[in-house]
Amino acid sequence: MGVKAAGNAARARPPLACRQSVCYIQNYMVQYTRTGFDASFAALSDATRRGVLEQLGRADASITDLAEKFHMTLTGMKKHVGVLEQAGLVTTEKVGRVRTCKLGLSRLEEEAAWIERYRQLWDARFDELDNVVEELKRKVDGRKKRVSLPP
Amino acid sequence: MKNRTTVERKSERELVVTRTFNGPARIVFEAWTKPELLKRWWAPKSTGVSLLSCEADVRVGGRYRFEFGHEASKPMVFFGRYIEVTPHSRLVWTNDESDDGAVTTVTFDEKGGKTLLVMHELYPSKEALDGTIAGMEGGIPETFAQLDELLVTTQLAARTC
Repeated sequence: MGVKAAGNAARARPPLACRQSVCYIQNYMVQYTRTGFDASFAALSDATRRGVLEQLGRADASITDLAEKFHMTLTGMKKHVGVLEQAGLVTTEKVGRVRTCKLGLSRLEEEAAWIERYRQLWDARFDELDNVVEELKRKVDGRKKRVSLPP
Repeated sequence: MKNRTTVERKSERELVVTRTFNGPARIVFEAWTKPELLKRWWAPKSTGVSLLSCEADVRVGGRYRFEFGHEASKPMVFFGRYIEVTPHSRLVWTNDESDDGAVTTVTFDEKGGKTLLVMHELYPSKEALDGTIAGMEGGIPETFAQLDELLVTTQLAARTC
């Protein structure tokens, strides 16, 4: 399944334009995570970081690779990757002395993050539902009181 | 005190959401089955998305249709059919907007004036649930989709300038 494969094989990911179209439909819940959304936009507001994402969309890369490609110092690139990592757009993994960057979260992290977002959505709904329930309870109580009042 | 909402992937094909409400099942059920009440909580303000329309004909075989979005021209539509309606205790509906849609069962279990609500979503296959989860991919695809949109708009704007 295409969507699932995208989660498994960062290396084989198609370009962003293709990836987004696969997943665009129905993903309304994403909009429920304002904070994540803002962090993503902040991360994406920088041309270098957008370039890094495009690069990682083609293949995983080390920080050193990225620094070279974008004619930057290691420290500078580390900062950019850190911002992307914070926004959940990139994950990094250190093997030996090399830190490899790839797009997105690992499958397990992805699932946990999704479940948490889904929980937050329902939690927000249920908080509102609490209000509706309280209001209906008051109405019922009011009716009972009226019924029990002497004529 | 606020009650806790839990979500758990119970199996390869199942998601379960639970929550307790401080009211009798009759009232909680009512809030799930009257469109004018449903409307008030299904798209909470904090989410930033509004419910454009909400139709729910809550009886066996009846249909529902919810439209969400920021603008009426591009709504996200969710629809399906109620396949079981047992007043104050059980609701089952289909999610027909996708072939991979789950069958949702909600049970209302009253104890001592409180109601334990369990929402159980059964997906047609492991792949369907995996796909739903992977589809969100940490919020990335939609963010990119919106970014793409933004880029197209700015490019268009730049061209017309």
